[in-house]
Amino acid sequence: MADIKDIIGKVCPDAVYEENERPLAVVPDAKWHDVAVALKNASYDWLIALVGEDFGDALGCMYYLKSTADHSIISVKVVTTDRENPMIHSVSDIWKVAINEEREVYDFFGIKFINHPDMRRLFLRNDWVGYPLRKDYDMNPDLNPVRLYHEEPDDASVSYQEGADGKITAVPVKVFGDNEFVVNIGPQHPATHGVLRFRTSLDGEEIKKIDLVCGYIHRGIEKLCENLGYPQTIHFYDRMDYFSALPNEHCVCSCIEKALGVEAPRRAQVVRVICDELSRIASHLLFFGTFCMDLGATTALFYGLRERETILNILEETCGARMSFNYYTIGGLRADIHETFIPKVKELLAIMPKALKEYHQLVTGNVIFQNRLKHVGILSREDAISYGIGGPSGRASGWANDVRKTNPYAVYGELDFEQVVMDGCDSFDRYLVRMKEIEQSMKIIEQLIDNIPEGEFCAKVPKIIKLPVGHWYQEVEACRGAFGVYIDSRGEKTPYRMKVNGTCLRLASIVDLITRGSKIADLITIGGSLDYIVPDIDR
Amino acid sequence: MFDFSIVTGWLDSLLNSFMPVWLTTVVECVLIGVVLLLAYALLALFYIYFERKLCGAFQCRLGPNRVGPFGLLQSFADMFKILIKELIPINNIDKFLFMLAPYLVIVASFAAFAVLPWGNGLQIIDFNIGIFFLTAVSSIGVLGILLAGWSSNNKFTLIGALRSGAQMVSYELSIGLSIMTIVLLSGTMSVSGLVEGQKDLWFIFQGHIPAIIAFIIYMIAGTAETNRGPFDLPEAESELTAGYHTEYSGLHFGLFYLAEYLNLFIVSGVATLLFFGGWMPLHIPGWEGFNAVMDCIPSVIWFLAKAIFLSSIIIWFKWTFPRLRIDQLLAFEWKYLLPINLFNLVLMLLVVAFGWHF
Repeated sequence: MADIKDIIGKVCPDAVYEENERPLAVVPDAKWHDVAVALKNASYDWLIALVGEDFGDALGCMYYLKSTADHSIISVKVVTTDRENPMIHSVSDIWKVAINEEREVYDFFGIKFINHPDMRRLFLRNDWVGYPLRKDYDMNPDLNPVRLYHEEPDDASVSYQEGADGKITAVPVKVFGDNEFVVNIGPQHPATHGVLRFRTSLDGEEIKKIDLVCGYIHRGIEKLCENLGYPQTIHFYDRMDYFSALPNEHCVCSCIEKALGVEAPRRAQVVRVICDELSRIASHLLFFGTFCMDLGATTALFYGLRERETILNILEETCGARMSFNYYTIGGLRADIHETFIPKVKELLAIMPKALKEYHQLVTGNVIFQNRLKHVGILSREDAISYGIGGPSGRASGWANDVRKTNPYAVYGELDFEQVVMDGCDSFDRYLVRMKEIEQSMKIIEQLIDNIPEGEFCAKVPKIIKLPVGHWYQEVEACRGAFGVYIDSRGEKTPYRMKVNGTCLRLASIVDLITRGSKIADLITIGGSLDYIVPDIDR
Repeated sequence: MFDFSIVTGWLDSLLNSFMPVWLTTVVECVLIGVVLLLAYALLALFYIYFERKLCGAFQCRLGPNRVGPFGLLQSFADMFKILIKELIPINNIDKFLFMLAPYLVIVASFAAFAVLPWGNGLQIIDFNIGIFFLTAVSSIGVLGILLAGWSSNNKFTLIGALRSGAQMVSYELSIGLSIMTIVLLSGTMSVSGLVEGQKDLWFIFQGHIPAIIAFIIYMIAGTAETNRGPFDLPEAESELTAGYHTEYSGLHFGLFYLAEYLNLFIVSGVATLLFFGGWMPLHIPGWEGFNAVMDCIPSVIWFLAKAIFLSSIIIWFKWTFPRLRIDQLLAFEWKYLLPINLFNLVLMLLVVAFGWHF
């Protein structure tokens, strides 16, 4: 706490510090940009979460920052009491990740960010009325009926620029020029892995600019959670990034457990880690298959799916489901592991090395494959940090950011495994990192599978779960990178605000940055190598 | 070796015996047309089934196995489905060119089909520039693809068509030059002359090193000509949805589909003709008994078996390799294949001039 007081105190003496799970400073908006610069210079250069919130008396944002030096996490709160025309200074020039995250806050809370380059809605339609996550939002269906016509493409945007005299003017911004050849890649397209839309400006085969359009499967999960009890929210986490369903559940369960002060029994923690790693292997196998298919090597898909199938069978026996597991619960697991779980996992461990060798023989060494991937989509370490690209994609840029290592949770701290970091920064390394992570996950499972302790699989928790007043942030390493959950509780049965913070929106945001000047085919390579899942973007 | 010209000659004289010459010609043309159409359709159906079974085996799957024994009737079912499907009318397109394009593609492959040496004496047209004619007509196909992409008034199809244009023009050079290499060795452009020239030994053995190089280049360029993986950029599914034929439906799409499979056969048929003796059985000079046994197998079977074997290599490429990028594709042709090809032509010239061939 002293640390953050030192840094912020120099720039902004009138900041208020609150007691919370993590160091929290409340900074007035006028000084916020300066404070942000100071924090970034003090190595808090990873903006892990930007949470918009309606605090009741004020609108504002919670910023969670992580230091890339010592991995400590601090939080900053900035609020504005103006509900008619709320404005906060943008930090999108300091942390690029804020470009899209601030658009999300604008979309849900109507907070306009001063000096943000492109203040459009992110998920909802352009003609949406109201800001749905505000507490005074009018849910009357007449205001926002199901519209049967297509929304007009929104090429006109606006940027609120602050002049030297402090006066704020709205400057119109054009997304695309009049004479640009704009091709829609998506929302229905074989290579966008879901309903994501890239409006791509082309010059021949070369990409000039990409405008990301998302929200085609936005389900308002965060809004839905505000009306559901805590145990009821867990199943939503299977339905966001459905390929890393278990790590996501792990995240929300441990966040609620942390707030409740309950600890899951050791048996549950070990099984959770094994299942997390199993789903990581399954997810990376699917990545391998679909990535190769995007590149035109269709056969590899079936090889990847073959091994993934055995993992799904194992999980099906234990959880009863193959995709939406809903297996973890507050305090532990919903059911004990199936009796065949341990032998079948051992069988899987036996076949995986052979299968991996086969994949490498089929694909990795291929000249065409390497030519398509090497030096394509260069993402520098600085950009990866600025855009908050955690997970395998960030680690391929030489940035060690594995939450399992930096901020260990469950039993990860006791395990012996390596964090795969490569410094090629290109699509090929992003591919290799994932393939090597499969090996590391196997190593983790090997250490645990014979050491699952006996005992309870679920701790005793109250029948009706009420969290104390306060807010919590928990992150885990999901298959695509850091996955965080923010819960603000006002002491009720339902969360006051629940924010889900996946990596996929960030992954999709850098597509524009790293594809500029490359070919259309490279867009597919880069998109595939980033491995974003659209339901996690849209939520 | 059974000579089919006995049958055809007998039919010709039979018809001539009671018909005027002009009527004979008309009747023969109609007959040939019907037979050709039938062979064309059956081959396409066979290829669809064959590729699906083969790629099923590559991908640890079974492939079609429900319709008929071993799924043999699957491609018939697919054909009837595609025949009765609706032709979806599209607004704001150039209707005439849009309709014309699939027929241009099919006509091109049909005309190329006519030149192939099916068996001993079983050839539709045989004239002194047969192989030249073949390269000429197969180039019409690219016109159909360009028109299809352009007339659809769709950005994806346009990109697909432009890619296709660039690709075809480039790879036609390689095809032409590797054909030239063999023409240099054989000294004739006539299809029957080429087959006759391989009576004792196939050209790939006669021409040894330069012939093998020409064969490899021909197979690469031929794969590119048929728009198949790893050169399937014009219809790169994961990039351009379906490329130039995105907007086509029903029969029109079926024609593109058909032409693609038949082009696969034509490319491997021409490779058979140029390098593996056409319908000529495998003969080894001096091994008289062996040659006599080989002669017992009918010539049609020789031709089909060799062509299908070569096409399964092309199918194997498709299901194994990732797709190239457009700039890599063009660089590969202009920076590697073309210079090697020109060098190879000179090498063949030396081989022929100094009589180093077998």
